[in-house]
Amino acid sequence: MWSLLQIELYKISKRPRTFIAFIAIAAIVFIFQFAFKADGESYMNLMLQSVNDTFEIDKSKAINGYFMCYIILNTLLIQVPILVALVAGDAISGEANMGTLRLLLTKPVSRTQIILVKFLASFIYTVMLLIWMAITALFISLFIFGADDMIIFRVKGDESQILQITQDDIMWRYLAAFCYATIALTVIAALAMLLSVYAENSIGPIITTVCIVIVCTVISNINVPVIEKNVKPWLFTSYLVGWKGFFYIATNQDGEPIKGSIENWGAIRNSLYILLAHIFILLGITIAVFKRKDILT
Amino acid sequence: MGVMIEVQNLNKKFGDIKAVDDLSFTVNEGDVYGFLGQNGAGKSTTIRMLLTLIRPDSGTIKVFGKDILEQRNEVLRQTGAVVERPDLYKYLSAYDNLSIFAKMSGVKVTRKLIMDQLDMVGLAHRSNSKAKTFSQGMKQRLGIAVALIHNPRLIILDEPTNGLDPQGIADMRSLIGKLSNEMGKTVIVSSHLLNEIEQVASRMIIINKGRKIAEGVVAEMLDPAHTIVQLGTTDNDKALSLLLINFPDFHASLVEDTIMLEMGKSDIPKLISTLSSTGVEILSVQPRHSLENYFLSLTNAENHVEPAAN
Repeated sequence: MWSLLQIELYKISKRPRTFIAFIAIAAIVFIFQFAFKADGESYMNLMLQSVNDTFEIDKSKAINGYFMCYIILNTLLIQVPILVALVAGDAISGEANMGTLRLLLTKPVSRTQIILVKFLASFIYTVMLLIWMAITALFISLFIFGADDMIIFRVKGDESQILQITQDDIMWRYLAAFCYATIALTVIAALAMLLSVYAENSIGPIITTVCIVIVCTVISNINVPVIEKNVKPWLFTSYLVGWKGFFYIATNQDGEPIKGSIENWGAIRNSLYILLAHIFILLGITIAVFKRKDILT
Repeated sequence: MGVMIEVQNLNKKFGDIKAVDDLSFTVNEGDVYGFLGQNGAGKSTTIRMLLTLIRPDSGTIKVFGKDILEQRNEVLRQTGAVVERPDLYKYLSAYDNLSIFAKMSGVKVTRKLIMDQLDMVGLAHRSNSKAKTFSQGMKQRLGIAVALIHNPRLIILDEPTNGLDPQGIADMRSLIGKLSNEMGKTVIVSSHLLNEIEQVASRMIIINKGRKIAEGVVAEMLDPAHTIVQLGTTDNDKALSLLLINFPDFHASLVEDTIMLEMGKSDIPKLISTLSSTGVEILSVQPRHSLENYFLSLTNAENHVEPAAN
């Protein structure tokens, strides 16, 4: 299995499209960092417009590496599924398109092993992508903007909140957030791989994955009670941004943040269960379909 | 020589189309076994079922005495194949392609092993070139190297000369001969060209519309004295069972509404008297033509060329 995984990772590393995602992430992060370095205060003024009279915030300190990473992740983690689909959607269909699938399946390796190895390789690719995001969005931002306490703007119900997290209480939250994002993006990888089994070229599964993510995201954002109650809880897209929960710090009775706390760990845990269930179900269907598939390409 | 492959009553349908229809055959160890049939006859479907790429609807396939579906990996560990085009990872070098498939076949990869294999197919000097820069012939040779890297006992080559130039075709024939004669491998070669099979195979099967038309030793089957006889009777089922018992060498089979037999013309009176004595009424006996002409008539079917009766 380890040998097969090495082969799969080697093949992924040799394909130019693999690096498109890394280049795209670096480019977007750089644009964000450049824009905030040049004119971050205007953005802060806009964000703090409603609370400027109530709070006194040092805007130059508020724009720090931690804050930058939060802003970047907020934007990027919606687009990254497309980048994950680029590789996972190609896993089986790309082999079918090249004609290598039939050669692969004449080797003494079971079809279940092939799917598991390709899934693991897609998972590792997703992890690498997120590590790259951590390097560019967090560590380089810390290098450029420095470290300080982190301020987050949150809309909860009808009210806006400003949360402040001390800088010695941030790093573990990012670690947890990246781990959560890995699981969320792995659902996308599992979905793309399932679609990949049905296709004979990689464009179809990649586009279909993106379309499903868009449609489900739209449904997840429809605030109609019947959908909120019956549909949203079952859609994986409702949990893609659940990583933010690690930054929603709990407060005491006086409204002071409690260091090392999370406001609603139960919700995060339930989100993780649902995402993991999606992964196992999608992977199980993929294996079942692939095992019975006639290879006609 | 033991039986290496035993296929029994194999069937496969795609929608309403019967791609393989009750096909049975055996391949002996050491054979170069030709799989002959026009395009769409069911050759590739059968070969893909031998390699577990396609699941049969019914029937059994035993290779090395093992059921292919139950002991897939054990069988494939001793089998090498090139199915249709030798497609490889275009973005990888010849060395990397060979190395990857060797590892997947469970081979302990060394640089010497890979280079020796590339040398055998004349690609050692292009070991670092990406597969996308290769000609069709070079890809075919690399595909053969991939099929042989784990020293399999059985080699399956599906239309191995497709797309090759005359020199490539000659090289392929020579390689098949070497695999069989010098290395003692059992080789299955499919083709839609009779002369291709004639030149390399020791035994062959002819299939049409997924059904076996004939099977046997190539030299005997292509003997001009050997004739395909079409027999029509009032009770074909009864006649067929009588023929299978009394004349097993005639390879009698029911094709649509007639019984097909492979036999010498001199045996026809014996055939008629045997059937008549058992009460089966004969409606027609047509010695059609030699097997070669019969196959050519199949391949020219779209032109409706009626072969001349002998």
